[in-house]
Amino acid sequence: MAGRQRTIVTGVIGSDTHIVGNRILTMALEKAGYKVVSLGALTPATDFVKAAVETRAAAILVSSLYGQGELDCRGFRDLCVETGLQDILLYVGGNLVVGKRSWEETEKTYLDMGFDRAAPPGTRAETVLEWLARDLG
Amino acid sequence: MSGALLIDFGSTYTKLRAVDLEGRRLLGSGQGPSTVDSDVGIGMQAALADLERRCGALPRFRYRLASSSAAGGLRMVTIGLVRELTAEAARQAALGAGAKLVGTFAYRLTAGDVAGITALAPDIVLLAGGTDGGNAEVVLHNAGALAAAAIDCPIVYAGNRAAGDDARRLLAAKTLVCAANVMPEFNVLDIEPARAAIRQVFIDRIVHAKGIDRAAAQFDRVLMPTPAAVLEGARLIADGLPGTPGLGALLVVDPGGATTDVHSIAAGEPAPGVIPQGLPEPRVKRTVEGDLGMRHSAAAIAQAAGLDAIAADAGLAPARAAKMLAEISADFGRLPQSADEAAFDQALARAAVGIAVRRHCGTIQTVYTATGPVTVQHGKDLSRIDAVIGTGGAVVASRDPRAVLEMALADAAQPMVLKPRSPRLLIDREYLLYACGLLHSVEPRAALELALAHLADLDQEIAHERTDRA
Repeated sequence: MAGRQRTIVTGVIGSDTHIVGNRILTMALEKAGYKVVSLGALTPATDFVKAAVETRAAAILVSSLYGQGELDCRGFRDLCVETGLQDILLYVGGNLVVGKRSWEETEKTYLDMGFDRAAPPGTRAETVLEWLARDLG
Repeated sequence: MSGALLIDFGSTYTKLRAVDLEGRRLLGSGQGPSTVDSDVGIGMQAALADLERRCGALPRFRYRLASSSAAGGLRMVTIGLVRELTAEAARQAALGAGAKLVGTFAYRLTAGDVAGITALAPDIVLLAGGTDGGNAEVVLHNAGALAAAAIDCPIVYAGNRAAGDDARRLLAAKTLVCAANVMPEFNVLDIEPARAAIRQVFIDRIVHAKGIDRAAAQFDRVLMPTPAAVLEGARLIADGLPGTPGLGALLVVDPGGATTDVHSIAAGEPAPGVIPQGLPEPRVKRTVEGDLGMRHSAAAIAQAAGLDAIAADAGLAPARAAKMLAEISADFGRLPQSADEAAFDQALARAAVGIAVRRHCGTIQTVYTATGPVTVQHGKDLSRIDAVIGTGGAVVASRDPRAVLEMALADAAQPMVLKPRSPRLLIDREYLLYACGLLHSVEPRAALELALAHLADLDQEIAHERTDRA
């Protein structure tokens, strides 16, 4: 539908309280014209998906800063498939692993989980906006 | 003197309260059978005769207002999309409108669901789903499924606004009322418009469909279902009016024969530093526990609380308690005939109040994060509310109502449950809450002052007893 405002669901997954980066991202998304459903910190994976179902979101952007994202995000795509959102765009970003692992390796881990894109630490909001513009067409 | 007559067409009794509007006092009460199955007017006449017998010649009533829970109450089915989101919002709207929920559905209705709804033959179906501009597909699928079904009751649409026109087209052959979305934005609850729409359908159609308007000569209007009147009364007593403060945030508990109703009028916001999670709950919230009734579901109370625990609370041997449970389950009209039976009823009421209030209140939970423990809250924090009001026979007729109401209070054994800590305990001895809720619509000040004058403060009563003894 032309001209329809796209909805993006975002928040910080798991037992993670690091909200600042996600707030900055939310502000950038809103400024770019998206309707943002911001779930805040400490958000279980299921809450992202439920919010996306009700609001017919075009994408879910998951933040994880405390190193346990790999555990929290496991099965995220399956959850989407289960609720009829098999085609939804999924991004993840932040400090996605603990310890020394190359970014290539980390990225592959998340892409294998079904995320469409993974953003390393230090990714700028502008980059995410470019990705969205490209991926949502 | 100018008076008002407040009528409750109940499922068992037709109850009347006559009040003196200037004097802010109760003139008298009357009761007759519920005769909605034959002619509602017969029970009404009997109740009027009873009232006249008790308080002499009746004044001319300036208002004669009624609420009704007769003929099964306002039986509703609610439909939403995600169970914890729009389906829950729809449920809250229906409960707040005073409905008896007979079915709640989420996601796409299946053929089996539609057959189930048809068989339930509800009075009203509330259809929600999707935030405004959000998912439209599921709510329209469900509208289409209802349209194709042999369901002839009114449907209230309170789903995605953007799908409203299509829903209207699909449901053109049905009686349809549209209200604002129960969840216009994600996690934002807006149930008042849907409640108002349900109430209007109730007034316009259900009162007639249930045959209550056959007694139309004996009253002016049926305003709402009785549970909604109780909720209105509670809201008035909590909030007060300009110049007359109310009691503040409060909770009403009503252990009835078939269900235990709990109403709270309180924002229930988290304490400083506590993070709220999940769907925000309405400030004016009603819950109905279908498995906690003093008679129809006494066995279920025993199951929820444990019969041994109830027996111990009543000071009875378990076998004796089991026998009493069997007796009241076989005869719903049975009243306690011995001290032991009264003790058993008291223990049932205590269990029902304890569990129903626990389910109504929010909970806190500690989540361990990388930066330390964090407290999150689900539901409403009612720990700091000002008053708890008990209503209904199981509280009012109890020889120790304080012991029943104390079960609504916070329990050191369940520190995660946000039950009231130190509220005033009051009882609605004259069963006036519904009457004040009705009167509120025409004479709010009289309704408020009447309620405040007649709610009995249990602490003060105890103080009086102490002075009497001294």
